[in-house]
Amino acid sequence: MGPTRGRIMVSVLEIQDLHVSYRWREGVPRPALAGVSVSLLPGEILGVLGESGSGKSTLAAAAVRLLPPNGHVTGGAILFEGRDLLRSKPEELRQIRGARIALIFQEPSLALHPTMRAGEQVRQVLAAHGSPGKRALNERTRQVFAAVFPEEVDRLSQSYPHQLSGGQRQRVLIAQAIACRPCVIIADEPTASLDSATQMEILGLFRTLREKLGLAMIFITHNPALLAGFADRVLVLYGGRVVEWGPAATVLASPRHPYTKALFQSIPQSFEESGNRRETKLPAIAGDSSPSSLPREGCCFEPRCAERMAICRGREPALVSVSETHKVSCYKYEA
Amino acid sequence: MQPLLRVENLVKRYAKRSLAGTWEELSALDGLSFVILPETTLAVVGESGSGKSTLALCVACLEYPTSGSIWFEGRDVVKLVEDERRRLRPHIQLIYQDPAASLNPRWNTLEILIEPFVLQHKFEREEMKQRAYSLLERVGLSLEILPRSPVELSGGQRQRLAIARALALEPKLLILDEALSALDCSVQAQIANLLMELQSSLGMTYLFITHDLAMAAHLADEIAVMNRGRIVEQGPVEEILHQPQNETTRQLLAAVPRMTRTALPALEQ
Amino acid sequence: MRYLLRRLGHAFFLLVGVSILAFLFSTLAPGNYFDEMRLNPQIAPETVAALRAQYGFDRPLPARYASWVNSIIHGEMGFSFAYDSPVAPLLLVRARNTLLLTVTATLLAWAIALPLGVWSAERLGRLSDRLLSWGTAALLVIPDLALALGLLVFAVRTGWLPTGGMASVDFETFSTIHKLRDLALHMILPVTALVLSALPLLVRHVRAAVADVLNAPFLLAAAGHGIPRRTLLYRYALPAAANPLISLFGFSIGALLSGSLLIEVVMSWPGLGPILLEAILARDLYVVVGGIVFSTLFLVGGNLFADLVLYWADPRIRAESSAR
Repeated sequence: MGPTRGRIMVSVLEIQDLHVSYRWREGVPRPALAGVSVSLLPGEILGVLGESGSGKSTLAAAAVRLLPPNGHVTGGAILFEGRDLLRSKPEELRQIRGARIALIFQEPSLALHPTMRAGEQVRQVLAAHGSPGKRALNERTRQVFAAVFPEEVDRLSQSYPHQLSGGQRQRVLIAQAIACRPCVIIADEPTASLDSATQMEILGLFRTLREKLGLAMIFITHNPALLAGFADRVLVLYGGRVVEWGPAATVLASPRHPYTKALFQSIPQSFEESGNRRETKLPAIAGDSSPSSLPREGCCFEPRCAERMAICRGREPALVSVSETHKVSCYKYEA
Repeated sequence: MQPLLRVENLVKRYAKRSLAGTWEELSALDGLSFVILPETTLAVVGESGSGKSTLALCVACLEYPTSGSIWFEGRDVVKLVEDERRRLRPHIQLIYQDPAASLNPRWNTLEILIEPFVLQHKFEREEMKQRAYSLLERVGLSLEILPRSPVELSGGQRQRLAIARALALEPKLLILDEALSALDCSVQAQIANLLMELQSSLGMTYLFITHDLAMAAHLADEIAVMNRGRIVEQGPVEEILHQPQNETTRQLLAAVPRMTRTALPALEQ
Repeated sequence: MRYLLRRLGHAFFLLVGVSILAFLFSTLAPGNYFDEMRLNPQIAPETVAALRAQYGFDRPLPARYASWVNSIIHGEMGFSFAYDSPVAPLLLVRARNTLLLTVTATLLAWAIALPLGVWSAERLGRLSDRLLSWGTAALLVIPDLALALGLLVFAVRTGWLPTGGMASVDFETFSTIHKLRDLALHMILPVTALVLSALPLLVRHVRAAVADVLNAPFLLAAAGHGIPRRTLLYRYALPAAANPLISLFGFSIGALLSGSLLIEVVMSWPGLGPILLEAILARDLYVVVGGIVFSTLFLVGGNLFADLVLYWADPRIRAESSAR
């Protein structure tokens, strides 16, 4: 990603042309990411918008080299703090995970150890990356807990995951992530199983932590409305490719890619309208985005695109600039 | 018009041991009353812990309430004997949030679809299959998924399958307990459209339980807002959206993610 | 606390039930100790009848059971005709010996099975794991008797280890250290036989339980936090896999007990096994009942211990049982 207004911004995490595929027993490898490039600037919240099959979870896992055994990186580079993570040794990676780049998984109820107290789970993360004395560890654990929980720090720290609510569990995951003061946090659908008010609380917590700790964050979600007023930039993934990216305000207000446009239109916006909602069908995108229905050649969205043209079936469109900071991968915008 | 479902003063209490070691009684439902007219949709909106799922279980006759009555087509379900309740079950079906949990992963789609027929001992094998095919068509699934097991289907496909299975017994009332919440946004739109289409073609009545106020407003005729086991506000969608009276409703409205937002809402803890 | 009391209550009722059944079946089985005597022409039938009356054989069953229970309260557990002594002191010594063997074997078997199972689960499907699977399958198939006899043959051929019994002839003359060494040497064979017979099942279960957990999301999340491999395996995976294993622990104690009876007889280890066998053959009623009750006591005790460990180890079970 190039200079913005004459300033050269050095990205804190740069994923270049990443290709990942999964090998299933049938033998034919299926591409999950086909040339994804992401540049995360220091201190920014980058929203990655993607639905199932877009490769978003693969992106998160690949960034810290935690793909399942049948996932293989077949090309590209991941640049972080002066080295390519794809070429790093296992012990180097272990030291980076949790300490420099922290991952927050989906499903807080599954991502916590069932029989370990919440405080202990945070303590383990601290202990894994540097070994100060026991007292220092406990003190630091308490500090971290106090940063994510406004009250009842001690009681919550002593609780087991099954005694906590969904929102509280999510906060414990966040505590684990920030414990070692990483510079990047990658959160994969951190608010998926929470109700709206708790979602907003968690987003607020992320914002506060960003301010206090200066972290950069990749926030992966399938719900574009969550990114409004929260993310700085938005990147849209579809079929393992980046189809659009740009400043959040721009992309959310005036999306260019047909997928992004169709996605936004399919969200119930009934608050703003007061017509006869019951008769109106949502303009849902026909078909689905499962890996088996993705075309082998050409634009990956073409089969479902309302604005498709003949050229779309031939070759994959490249990313072109709609403005200096807003890029789209669509033939409609090619000069 | 005679309401299809009328709930009066529904109470459901549980005894639970608190962290301090004493027994305490929790009221999951604390005197709920509402009415659903035939071929309409009532959305019950609330946060986690407000008692929504307990309500779903009670109305679906899967749990006995502590007190209160549930009138379905003029008969109090709570007072029926087990035999009569069983006969009532085909009329009220429940769709869950996580179809993966309610669909047997060891069976394939065909077996899942014909299970209701098998249990009813009503039809011949061939006719069961034909009905299964037409159910699939009705929910917009292609016949090629018949040999697949639910784990091989996408989230949207699974939910459609769950709906198809629920429709097998020709229910009058469909309870959707966070049925769309686990799906991707664009898939939610597809299933919402399906639900609307089924309502107009089959005359279905829906009890739509969710925390997603936006989707509730889109699908429902009336909204009831729940908080701590009580309905704090109820009324037509327009009124609730534009003239909320209760604080809980206002908080819920404020928390809805909006595309046009430029900053995060400031919410009370 | 309430959980513990409840379990103790269950255990007590189980013991009472087993003692009743053991008593019932033993007395109902045809024949009694004095039948042997009756066949002996030198002993007058009146003597036999007098002996029978003395030992209360003519009284109704419930009365005999009641007096047996009474004798337990007095610390005697009935009377052994063959040994001409109260049963309790006889069996207590034997029980101690059996316990020595069984506890050592249990601890050793688990100490080997845990790391082996974890190691195998990590390498699931790979060659090393498959080799171990074949090894354990082979061991599983070999009958305990064959194992015991095989070990005996080995001891006889090499002369490295004593071939039976619990102590050498001049045991009493040894110094304390020498005594301990002698005991240990005598234990090696029977313990090895027991461990080898129990190991395959334990290893397979540990492997399965840990392999299950290794796929769990929370383990992946922990790896994402950079937790080192060793901690992941022993602090995260093993405790999460513990539930079925703790229950298996209780079960393995029972299995080892049954196995030990056979091994004790083969290797002349003076435990409950040989005396029980003798007593059954001689129809020494109260020894039989006493032996069965002791075995049950160990079995129930082992399972109770496993239940308590489970209660302590898994906070979810604590929450469940208090929610009732």
